[in-house]
Amino acid sequence: MSEPNEHAHHIVGPGVYVAILFALLISTALTVWASFLELGFWNPIIALAIATAKATLVVLFFMGVKYSTKLTKLTVFAGIFTFLILISMTLSDYISRAWGSW
Amino acid sequence: MPDNTVTSKGALGAAKNADSADNADILHADHPPYLRHHFNSAEQQADAASFAMWLFLLTEVMFFGGLFTAYLIYRNWYYPAFVAGSHQLNVVWGTTNTFVLIFSSFTMAMGVWCAETRRRKGLVLCLTLTFILGLCFLGIKTIEYREKVEMHHVPGFHYSLQSFLDPASNPEVFKEYHDKPLALDMARHTEIYFSLYFLMTGMHAVHMIIGIGILAFMIFRARAGAYTAGHVTFVENFGLYWHFVDIVWIYLFALLYLISRHQ
Repeated sequence: MSEPNEHAHHIVGPGVYVAILFALLISTALTVWASFLELGFWNPIIALAIATAKATLVVLFFMGVKYSTKLTKLTVFAGIFTFLILISMTLSDYISRAWGSW
Repeated sequence: MPDNTVTSKGALGAAKNADSADNADILHADHPPYLRHHFNSAEQQADAASFAMWLFLLTEVMFFGGLFTAYLIYRNWYYPAFVAGSHQLNVVWGTTNTFVLIFSSFTMAMGVWCAETRRRKGLVLCLTLTFILGLCFLGIKTIEYREKVEMHHVPGFHYSLQSFLDPASNPEVFKEYHDKPLALDMARHTEIYFSLYFLMTGMHAVHMIIGIGILAFMIFRARAGAYTAGHVTFVENFGLYWHFVDIVWIYLFALLYLISRHQ
């Protein structure tokens, strides 16, 4: 019996993980620093953009989606897409209602 | 003739069973012991397990997604109350916890690598570090919750509006944000902010507690060499779960602690 785990599965090395760790630490410091700035309208947008960038790094590298099968990629994409439908359609409904009538 | 058909089918089935029983030893020798017979290959089995794990995580996305949506709608409705509520959170503890959780995600990713490259000691070390960092997160969360209990910011009969009707009564927060007093009806809506705060961070903490429990089980099994003999599915799938919990926190941190600091 030859090496049973020597299938096509891609193994991500420690180098990539260390690089992602530092990217995540730096972007956390960045988002906290940005929250101290007076940017008005842009404060929440920057915070959510950095959070999304961090989440993307985690999904692609820590969770290995970048190196996974097409089925997994499609599954992840479908999940995010469905979530965006949930959030965007619900919010657009609430935001576009006549103010004060709820 | 229906009787005949049934008989011949039965005979064929019996013959097949006898055949596979005879060959069972040879068949088992052909594949690694963890490969289930309904899969063609170890690769197919691993792909199926990973796919199933992702489907489970999608249900989790929708579960937390509902909470996030509720939070955004209520924040939109009772904006001043949500800003004032958010100012009561301790950004230093929140940031520390974000760092703790990112480190735990890193040690978990390294654990998966150790399992894949069959490093038993490395795997045990990584899982133990992840376990400890998970406990650190919950410890810090406990400190934060205790602060909320002392300030009477836990929704319920003992909820106090003092910090919102008279912000100067809480000098530590006041000197940083200089919040204006809220009108009574808006101040009462801070209770919704804290309901969502406890619901969201609480559900996240429940996921952490479940994860820490599974980690303890995995450390025990990993010491016996369970995941370093080629079959790494359990470690990989648990890694996916742990990283998902990390992502939820990344968004909770931004939404609960950061986005209302300046309003």
